[in-house]
Amino acid sequence: MAHEEDPLEHERASWKPSPGLAVAVPDPVQNAALPPHRERETDTDPAAMTRAVRTVYTLFYLSVAASIWAVAAYMIFPIENGEITSIRHNNLFIGLGIALALLAIGIGAIHWSKAIMSDKEFIEPRHATRGRDSTREASYKAFAEANEESGFGRRVMIRNSLFAALVASIIPGITLFRGLAPHDSAADPHAGDPVYLLNHTMWKKGSRLAHDPSGVPIKASDVTLGSAFHVIPEDLAKLDHGQGYLEEKAKAIVLLMRLPVDELHPAPGREDWGFDGIVAYSKVCTHVGCPVALYEQQTHHLLCPCHQSQFDVSHNARVIFGPAARPLPQLPIEVDSEGYIVAKSDFHEPVGPSFWERH
Amino acid sequence: MARENKRRASGRRSPLAAVVLIGVGLLMTGGIYAGASAAVASTDTSTTKTALTVDDGKKLFQANCATCHGMDLQGTANGPSLFGVGELSVEFQVATGRMPLAMQGPQAPQKPVQFTEDQIRAMAAYVQSVSPGPTYPDQQTLDGKGDVATGAEIFRTNCAMCHNVAGAGGALTEGKYAPALDKTSALHMYAAMVTGPQNMPVFSDLNLNLEQKRDIISYLLYLQQHESAGGFALGSLGPVAEGLFIWIFGIGSLIGVTVWITAKSN
Repeated sequence: MAHEEDPLEHERASWKPSPGLAVAVPDPVQNAALPPHRERETDTDPAAMTRAVRTVYTLFYLSVAASIWAVAAYMIFPIENGEITSIRHNNLFIGLGIALALLAIGIGAIHWSKAIMSDKEFIEPRHATRGRDSTREASYKAFAEANEESGFGRRVMIRNSLFAALVASIIPGITLFRGLAPHDSAADPHAGDPVYLLNHTMWKKGSRLAHDPSGVPIKASDVTLGSAFHVIPEDLAKLDHGQGYLEEKAKAIVLLMRLPVDELHPAPGREDWGFDGIVAYSKVCTHVGCPVALYEQQTHHLLCPCHQSQFDVSHNARVIFGPAARPLPQLPIEVDSEGYIVAKSDFHEPVGPSFWERH
Repeated sequence: MARENKRRASGRRSPLAAVVLIGVGLLMTGGIYAGASAAVASTDTSTTKTALTVDDGKKLFQANCATCHGMDLQGTANGPSLFGVGELSVEFQVATGRMPLAMQGPQAPQKPVQFTEDQIRAMAAYVQSVSPGPTYPDQQTLDGKGDVATGAEIFRTNCAMCHNVAGAGGALTEGKYAPALDKTSALHMYAAMVTGPQNMPVFSDLNLNLEQKRDIISYLLYLQQHESAGGFALGSLGPVAEGLFIWIFGIGSLIGVTVWITAKSN
């Protein structure tokens, strides 16, 4: 291979390091020689060349066949009466056809370029970072001319009105984000206030504990030893999705368990937060808020499936393993005159993960 | 022949050699595994049909269970008392091979069943006679003709966190696990809910009533009998299995293609 002609020779002569270069070296690579050119099998063996050519056009024709197959599959495997298997076959066979069609084009093209097209090596030197003085002058001139011809600098009214339009176009975005901030009113003093909303759930004194999702209230006598109930406030089941059902449920979900009374070790001041071994804890993990509901009825461990935090229900849901920072909040419960389990109050601390203003 | 020699001389293998070698290796591994698992499956216990009485059950219990559970079901240091467990507990533990326990561990694993159905029924009858508890359900609860959609919803709320939404099972703490439900019989699903074996909470009829249990069983039977709608289920383990699959096979094949594109042609 001969490289006697350097296409950038004239640039090289006037080359100066640009001011942005930390270290100016005259020519970092001296004579980067190429390894000797190696003949391919297709270059030396005409039979191999014939084979490669055959492979490439076979692949392209295969692609044609696969495209036709995809169209045929659309007719052979129609989606009928919503049968799952027909949808599956339809997707599968059309997809296989299209995939094979595209893949064969790609493989054929690559094989063509590698085995058949010329593979002579050549050097393409990088040009200098700084443009030539003539080029720079030409571009200054182009800008000045554009300014002159458009009147951008001269027609101040148009220019300023464009600036005004650009600034105004950002305002709708600001308005939308403003909607995330507190928007309290006399009727709803805590609307959108994250600190208040994260501090309070739907539970209040006298809310009945009910089955999730049916909303059927639970009697204390229903909760046999070793059971676990997935619980929502009775009022929650009456909410529509438009009324914040999911938002409220995300905070109010509770797991209700019954342990042997002698295995419970309530913290001081919490002795009357349960009823005859029945205790209720928030199901929202204090780490990042996954539902903690993998309850082991013999060890009384609760496991969070997301990051393996473990809580010991017999000791106030203290953290015994994993990344959670705090025990699960306990919902104080009692039994009303009809025998239903009711909340004594809301949670005494915010449920779920930490947030900036949590004290 | 001349070409063969030329290949040898240039030290070049056929490009298909590696593919063939990998294929042979995979076939051999698969063949040995299939042979081994068939051998394990064929060791089946022979059944003898005889009507057994509660007395026979008592003898069987004393011979096989009393070492750990006590002669009077009172329990020992090695095993819990069986007061109040009832016949369904015996059915679940023995007929799934969990009992008799081979050794103490975090959880009793399923093993080949050690007793015939008659023997299990006899032991269950004996335990029920001295320590009454949950009993066999009527066939209607197990018929799998409940509401599959309702069953799925109840399952998702109450069971899926441990057993996985598709009943594929999952890990618990310290070596314990919720077993997969893809081969569990309707009777044993019911028994597990009612008796709360090992660390599973109890779901009594006051928590999930008979109709709801029937729906759950119908949902699980539906999963067992129908192929997965989404193609390869990959164990129904969700993002972990799917991510691992795409990581290894997707990125692996991308790397392979990249290497092929940039490699020099021979």
